[in-house]
Amino acid sequence: MIRRQRWLGPVMFMPAITYILALVGVPFLMAFLYSVSDAKVGSVSYHYVGARNFISILHNPAFIRSLKDSFVFTISSQVLVLIGANILALSLKDAFPGRRFFRFLILLPWVAPVSIGSLGWKWILDSLYSVISWVMVRMHLVNQYDTPMWLGEPKLAMMSVILVHTWHMLPFATVIILAGLTAIPKDIPEAAAVDGAGFLRTTFQITIPMMLPIINVAVLFGAIFTFTDMTVIYILTRGGPYDTTQVIPTEAFFAGILGSDLAEGAAISIFLVPLLIVAAYFVLRSAHRAEVT
Amino acid sequence: MARRRLTKVLPRIVMWLVRIFFAVVLAFPFYWMLITTFKRNTDLNNLKNNPFLFNESPTLDHLKLLFRETLFPRWVLNTMGAGLLVVIITLLLAVPAAYALARLTGEWGAQLGIGVFLTYLIPPTLLFIPLSKVVSFLGLQDSLWSIIIVYPTFTIPFSTWLLMGFFKSIPRDLEDAAMVDGLTQWGAFVKLMIPMSTSGILTVVIFAFTLVTQEFVYALTFISSAAHQTVGVGVPTFLIRGDVYYWGSLMAACLITSLPIGFLYNLFLDRFIEGFTVGAVK
Amino acid sequence: MAVVETRKLNKVFKRGNVGAVVNVDLQSREGEFLVLLGPSGSGKTTLLRMIAGLEEPTSGDILIGGKVVNDLTPRERGIAMVFQSYALYPHLSVFKNIVFPLKAQGVAKEQRQKQAEWAASLLGIQHLFERKPRELSGGERQRVALARAIVREPSLFLLDEPLSNLDAKLRASAREELEQFQKRIGTTAIYVTHDQVEAMAMGDRVVVMSQGAVRQIGTPADVYDEPADTFVATFLGSPPMNILAGPDVIVGFRPEHFLPPGVAERLGDHISFGFQISHGEYLGAERVLYGTIAGGAFDGRKAVSRIPATHAVAQPDGSLQTFAVALGDVKFFDPVTEKRTARRSIPA
Repeated sequence: MIRRQRWLGPVMFMPAITYILALVGVPFLMAFLYSVSDAKVGSVSYHYVGARNFISILHNPAFIRSLKDSFVFTISSQVLVLIGANILALSLKDAFPGRRFFRFLILLPWVAPVSIGSLGWKWILDSLYSVISWVMVRMHLVNQYDTPMWLGEPKLAMMSVILVHTWHMLPFATVIILAGLTAIPKDIPEAAAVDGAGFLRTTFQITIPMMLPIINVAVLFGAIFTFTDMTVIYILTRGGPYDTTQVIPTEAFFAGILGSDLAEGAAISIFLVPLLIVAAYFVLRSAHRAEVT
Repeated sequence: MARRRLTKVLPRIVMWLVRIFFAVVLAFPFYWMLITTFKRNTDLNNLKNNPFLFNESPTLDHLKLLFRETLFPRWVLNTMGAGLLVVIITLLLAVPAAYALARLTGEWGAQLGIGVFLTYLIPPTLLFIPLSKVVSFLGLQDSLWSIIIVYPTFTIPFSTWLLMGFFKSIPRDLEDAAMVDGLTQWGAFVKLMIPMSTSGILTVVIFAFTLVTQEFVYALTFISSAAHQTVGVGVPTFLIRGDVYYWGSLMAACLITSLPIGFLYNLFLDRFIEGFTVGAVK
Repeated sequence: MAVVETRKLNKVFKRGNVGAVVNVDLQSREGEFLVLLGPSGSGKTTLLRMIAGLEEPTSGDILIGGKVVNDLTPRERGIAMVFQSYALYPHLSVFKNIVFPLKAQGVAKEQRQKQAEWAASLLGIQHLFERKPRELSGGERQRVALARAIVREPSLFLLDEPLSNLDAKLRASAREELEQFQKRIGTTAIYVTHDQVEAMAMGDRVVVMSQGAVRQIGTPADVYDEPADTFVATFLGSPPMNILAGPDVIVGFRPEHFLPPGVAERLGDHISFGFQISHGEYLGAERVLYGTIAGGAFDGRKAVSRIPATHAVAQPDGSLQTFAVALGDVKFFDPVTEKRTARRSIPA
C-alpha cells in the first residue's frame, strides 16, 4: 500500500523545490551572467564582456580595501562572539531564579530587527549626545568638547561597527552553544570531578572539546551571516567615513542598486561566493559526520 | 569548613556577575530606547543634563508624533500583512515538502533536504541584484508584493529543515498503524501528522514571521516609496527629515517594534532549539 | 577499621522526597563487595552519590578510612566511580580516557604510561588503546570504565548499576568479570542495583533499602533465609515469598518450601494447607504452581509453589491438594510493624 503512492513524495516537495529553483537558483545564475556583462538597470541590453568587470574591480584600491575590511569585520566579530557566547552559555547552563527573564533580555539584540537595533546604537554612539561619551567625560577620561566621534572617525567607526555586529550576533551563538552544553550527559562532568579534574581542566579538556561540533556550526553560520551582511554598516555609517567601513555587500549595493550598474554590482557580490562554498563544504561535512555517529 | 564555603560561594558570585554583565550590555540599547521615547527634546538636547535621569517631566509627544504625523502605523500594517501572506505561502509549500523529504524519499531525500537548507545560506546581498531585475520584469517594483514573493525564498528552506526534524521525531509506527487502519499515505499526512505537529508548525509560523519583520535588504532594494515600506526599512529611512534625526520618535518606533517580537520569540525559543538540535544532530 | 562508614545519614530533597535517604547507619568491611539493593526511589543511588561526594547530605556524617569526609570534594576522597552509562569521554581515545585521572593529579608522563598499561592489562584491553568509546562494545566499555577507575588505585570503588545498560546475554558474563575483578584487586566496592539476582550473586553483604531507609544488612543467606521484615522477604526471591496475612499474625514461606503431598510427609514438624491449584507453568528446570489457600485462617489467599521438575509429580490444574511447609521454614511477622517476630501459633 505504501509503494503504490510513490509519486506522492515528489508531488509534495515539487512546489517548494520549484519555488526555490525559480527564485534562488535562477537569480544565482543570473548573478554570474551579469557579472560578465555590461548590464545596467533600466536598459535591456546585455553584452558579454568576459572578465572585464572583475579586472577593473580588482584594480580598484577601494575595492581591495573593502575586501580586506570584510575579513577584518568578520573575523573580529566572530572571535568576540565565540568567546562571549561560550562564557555566557556557561553562566546560563544551570537553573537560577529569573532565568527566563534574563533569557528574554539576552535574546533582544538578535530578535529585534537588525536595522532597529543598529538605529538604537546610532543614537547611543551619536557624536554629540552619546551616553557613552557622557560617562567618559564624567570619569574624566575625555574632554567635554572633544568627545569621540564614534561613527565619524575611521578607526572608531570600524570598531563601533564590529562591536554592534557582535552585539547582534551574540544571542544566536549563545543559544546554539547552550544547546550543545545541555546535550552533554550529566555524568560526564561528574566522572571528571571524581577523576580529580577541577573547573578549568573540565571546561577546556572535556566540555569544550565535546561541544566542538556545535561550536563549529555556530561559527560557520555566524561567519556567513556576518560576511554577507550589509545592514549594520548601512545604518551606522553608510560605509563611511570616507569609505573606511565598506565591505563587499555594501559595495555591491552602492554600485549595483544605487549606482544602477548591475554588472559591476553583480561582479562585486560574486566575491562572496568563495566563502559560501567553503562554508557549504564544512556544513556538509559536519552533517555527514553527525549521520555517522 | 570555611574553605569549602568559599570554594562554593565564589563561583556563584562570578556566575551572577557574568550574567548581569551580559544582560546589561545586551539589553541596554532597548532600555535606552525606552528612556529616550519619553524624554522631552529639550531634555535630550541639553548636554549638561544627566542622560540617565528624567531632568524634565516625561512626555508622550514623541509617541503622538510617531502615530499621528508619520507613516509608522502604515508600515506596521504593511509588515504584518506581508508577514501573514508570507507565512501562509511558506506553510503551504514547506509542510508537504518537509513531510515528503522526511518520510517518503529515503536516502536521497535527506540529501535533498540538506540541499534545500543550503540555499538558506545564499545571501540576499548576492541575489538582490538579479532579483531586482526579476521584480521589475514582473512589474512588482515598489510594491509589497515584491517582498511577499521573494521572502519565501528564505523562509521555506529554513522552515522545511525545521519541520523535517519535527516529522522525523514522530515514530513511523503511528503512520503505519493509521495506514493499516485504512488511511492512505496522504490521509495519514493530513489527519495524523499535521495535528501531531501543531507545535512544530506553530514554531515555524513564529519564526517565519520574525524572519519577515527582521528583513532589511530586499525591502530596501525593491520598495522605494514610503507608503509601501515595511517597518524595518521605513523607520531608519523615512523618520529622518533632511539631516535631522528625530531621536525621540525614532526610539519610540524602535521600542514598539522590538518588544512584542521579543516576547513572542522568548515564548517559542525552547521549541526552536528542539527543532534545531533534532534536525542537526540527526 | 571500616573503609566506609555512614552515621545517621540523611538527605531531604526540596521537591518531593523521591530518592531521599533516611537515617542510614552503615559500616563496610575491608575488601568486601557491598551491594545496595532496592527498588527505584529507595535512595540507594542517592546514598552512593553522597559517599562519592556528588550529593550533599542534609545531616549526618560520612567517613572514609576513619576520617570524616563531608567537606571533601570527590577528588579528595580517594574514591573511584563507575557510572551506569560508564561516562567515558567520547572525544578521547581509550588510552586518554584511562590516563585522564592521572593527568588531573599531575602524574608524570612515563609513570602515567606504566600505570595505564598495568590497569589495562588487568582487564585485557591493551589492544583497544587507540579506539574511541563509540567503537567499543558494551562489555569493552565496561572494562575501560573499570580500568579508568582502578588506575588511581583508589581505596574505595563505587558502582552505580553498571550492568543495567547491557543486554541480557552480555549481562551474565559481564557480571562474572566484575566479580572476579573485584576479588583479584581486593578493593572495597559498593555496588548499587535493583536486581536482586545480581545482589545475591555478587554481594558479600547486601543492604536492602526501601523508601530511603535500610531494612536489613546481611549476607545473601541472611537476607534470603532470615528476612527482617516483609519487604525484604518479598523483595528477594522470584517468585517472592508467600505472605499470608491473618488477623493476629503474618505468616511467610518461600515457594520452594511449599511442598506437595508425598514430599511433605518426610518433613519433620510441618504445617499443612489446603491448596487449590489454578494453573501451573512448566519452566524446564522447575514447575511453578499458582493457586489459593483453601480452608483455615488464610482461606482465599494467593500462594505459589515451586518444585524442581526432577521431583515433580503431576499436580493437575484445578485440583485441591494438601501442601505443607516445614515448621523451620515458616517465618512469622508482626501484623502491625511487618517485622520478623518469634514463632506464634497459627489460628485454625
